[in-house]
Amino acid sequence: MNINKLKSNFSMRAAFRGLIAIIIFIAIWEFGARSLDLIGYRVPFIGLIPPPTAVLDSWAGLVVDPSYWQSWYMSFMRVFTGFLVAMVVGIPLGLYMAVNRTFYGIAFPSFEILRPIPPLAWVPASIIFWPTQEMSIAFVTFLGAFYTIVINVLGGAKSINRQYLQAAQSMGASQADIFRRIILPATLPSIVVGSAVGMGITWEVVVAAEMISGGGSGGAGGGLGFFIWSSYVGGSYEQIIVGMISIGIAGYISSELLRKLGGRFTPWLKTR
Amino acid sequence: MSQSNTTMNLTMYRMSSWLKSPKPYLMFIGFGCVLSFWYFSVEVWKLPRFQDMPALTEVFEEWFSKDPYYGLSIYTPEYYKHIGISLRRIGYAFFLATALGVPLGLFLGWSQKLREYIFPLFELLRPIPVLAWVPLAIIIFSGSETPVIFLTFLASFFATTLNTMLGVESIDEEYSRAAYCLGASRWQTFIHVVVPGAMPFIFTGLQISIGVAWFSLVAGEMVSGQYGLGYIINTAYIMVQYSQIVIGMITLGIIGYVTSALVRVAGDYMMQWRVRELALGGD
Amino acid sequence: MSTVDKNNSMPTKGAIRIEDVVKIYDPEGTAVMAVDHCSIDIPAGEICMIVGPSGCGKTTLLNTIAGFHGLTSGHIYLDDEILCGPGKEKAEPGSDRIVVFQNGALFPWKTNLENIAFGPMMEGKLSKGEIYQKARKMMVDAGLEGTEDAYPGEVSSGLRRRVEIVRALMNEPKVLLFDEPYRALDSLTKSVMHEALLEIYYKNKVTIFFITHDLEEAIFLGHRLIIMSSRPCKPKKIVEVDIPHPRDYSVLTSPRFREIMNEAKSVVNEEARKAFEAGEKEG
Repeated sequence: MNINKLKSNFSMRAAFRGLIAIIIFIAIWEFGARSLDLIGYRVPFIGLIPPPTAVLDSWAGLVVDPSYWQSWYMSFMRVFTGFLVAMVVGIPLGLYMAVNRTFYGIAFPSFEILRPIPPLAWVPASIIFWPTQEMSIAFVTFLGAFYTIVINVLGGAKSINRQYLQAAQSMGASQADIFRRIILPATLPSIVVGSAVGMGITWEVVVAAEMISGGGSGGAGGGLGFFIWSSYVGGSYEQIIVGMISIGIAGYISSELLRKLGGRFTPWLKTR
Repeated sequence: MSQSNTTMNLTMYRMSSWLKSPKPYLMFIGFGCVLSFWYFSVEVWKLPRFQDMPALTEVFEEWFSKDPYYGLSIYTPEYYKHIGISLRRIGYAFFLATALGVPLGLFLGWSQKLREYIFPLFELLRPIPVLAWVPLAIIIFSGSETPVIFLTFLASFFATTLNTMLGVESIDEEYSRAAYCLGASRWQTFIHVVVPGAMPFIFTGLQISIGVAWFSLVAGEMVSGQYGLGYIINTAYIMVQYSQIVIGMITLGIIGYVTSALVRVAGDYMMQWRVRELALGGD
Repeated sequence: MSTVDKNNSMPTKGAIRIEDVVKIYDPEGTAVMAVDHCSIDIPAGEICMIVGPSGCGKTTLLNTIAGFHGLTSGHIYLDDEILCGPGKEKAEPGSDRIVVFQNGALFPWKTNLENIAFGPMMEGKLSKGEIYQKARKMMVDAGLEGTEDAYPGEVSSGLRRRVEIVRALMNEPKVLLFDEPYRALDSLTKSVMHEALLEIYYKNKVTIFFITHDLEEAIFLGHRLIIMSSRPCKPKKIVEVDIPHPRDYSVLTSPRFREIMNEAKSVVNEEARKAFEAGEKEG
């Protein structure tokens, strides 16, 4: 993917420049947040948020708090379960749609009509339908990733060079063979890309669902989204930012994991 | 002019050949399956899980009734007020995000130097889910409108900038080389090669961007804010007016689809060359 | 001694002198030598055909002349003025040496006419009206009348090539650099292209540096063939084509043509086999 190409053109000078921008950003943040104390005037917008130093302070305290890591765990679990189910349902569905024209004609328009409905809009319906809160969050998470994965699988399958298929047929391959050895591997890069994007969306949905459905009853609830929301409600603003950054890091980690995993399945892409 | 004629003729041709194919019938079979599943599971078989779900008939009765039980149908002005407010928010956020994101993306893609400075910071902020910004947005911005628009803007902005930047990266290097050969300066090459060349990618990015915008808007409206389609859904849930939930969802789906299609049409209009090239199947 | 036709007045501009040029890619890493101590003298107005197996480094040489990347050592002169050398390893791309690319680099978002007018428009010395007038005239001269307002994506690749050549000629370059421009065309279109190119050449005596692997094309068009060895590339043999200009397709069946073909063929085949056995990826 092009992002990886950009990242690999790495040099000391580039790293240095990137760092400068980040440092300036943090400096402005620090100064702006402390502006009331420093210059007696509260800078608009930035002046209302806690400074980075306070955030780090708070974070240091949280790192030793087991409930903080519990939140991490819960969010991660939700993301991965929802995502996994989305892959298990979405990839076969996408592939079947790609292979069978009739099924595509039946299923795709309905799929396309449902797709613009944001997953979050499903939350109330989901809560009504599923017995536990956990399952309703999982369902919404599943939806988020599901659409992206199917679209990417379809896109990948459509762009398979017809000549590959023809070559296989002329060499005497059966339908099953063609599917397993040509269509599946050729679609893998798109699946990998779709997964990476889908992962980002999954995190968005999980965080939102956690915020919306609140602490929940019966032990469900929690997670990093809830952590942020309760920090807000409880007035500890530094923790809000800790939560934000934590989710950012968690999201990044899961995307990287997925990319590495995807790379194992598609070694031929590395030669591009 | 012959340009719009070609597009018209193409559209007419495409539509008529679509109607003659089995596609529309399959499509309706699909819709039929979904809708009948909904109908049967709630109203006929009365499956246990589906007990509290709003029924198909109930929803459509409500949606199309002149005097709806819960106050929202296609005949009530309220309905359109909510739609209008959501659209207005999307409008502000999307256009602001495009106005800032496209130029930024173009420059980031074009200038190695700028990219080295700014992209790491950008990539650091991007993974933070837009909705995680909700509390911060509420703290920073006063009122209930601005935070919602800000969140929507943020989501759109990241998507647009990233896709634009990737678009510039994808332009074949030979085009800018040809421009240099012909005597163009760096700036002229930027205007005449990079910007038009990135257009297809920019518009794909904009379609993604508007999808993301709706996503964030709904979340924002559900959490804070008054009026709007997300608000309807949330309120309907709280007030146990379940058929309204579905009306809200369906409306969202339709409006979301329409706005996305508008972006695509705008793209087609601005890139006549591409429409004609694709229509002829290239060479 | 070149056999450039002495009947028509010969230009005095556009002589290229390549002196002992070496190009190594990634010198601190994989260190791939693409060009190995290459020295070629091209007099002004000559059609010089560079022939060699794919991937041997001919394009690298062309890119160095054009100014798309620098050389590792050696000098290149244009009309005795230094283009690039030690201290200035990369030449500036400019409208005195224009490249016609392998896959064509006509801007798909501009019409044929706008493409052709591009160079002078960027330069800004003439008014828009004057430029377009000249462009239209050149199009008529080249037999492209009627395609002015079409986009490149709408016309055949053969026509696109011609438009690209006219686009280059609008800037009155000293040298035209062709990088296997007709590689993707079928042989019928190719022969038409060849005659068209010669016609254009007779009207504008530019120096032509033409890379190809098609021997027939090389002998038909060129004053001289420079046969390159496989990677790293180095001139292996120079074949004079003393068939007088102006030429037409009857040349293809003349006995002299066959003789030159035999002379060149054995050398080319030997190099091609070496490249094949080395498994080189095409440049």
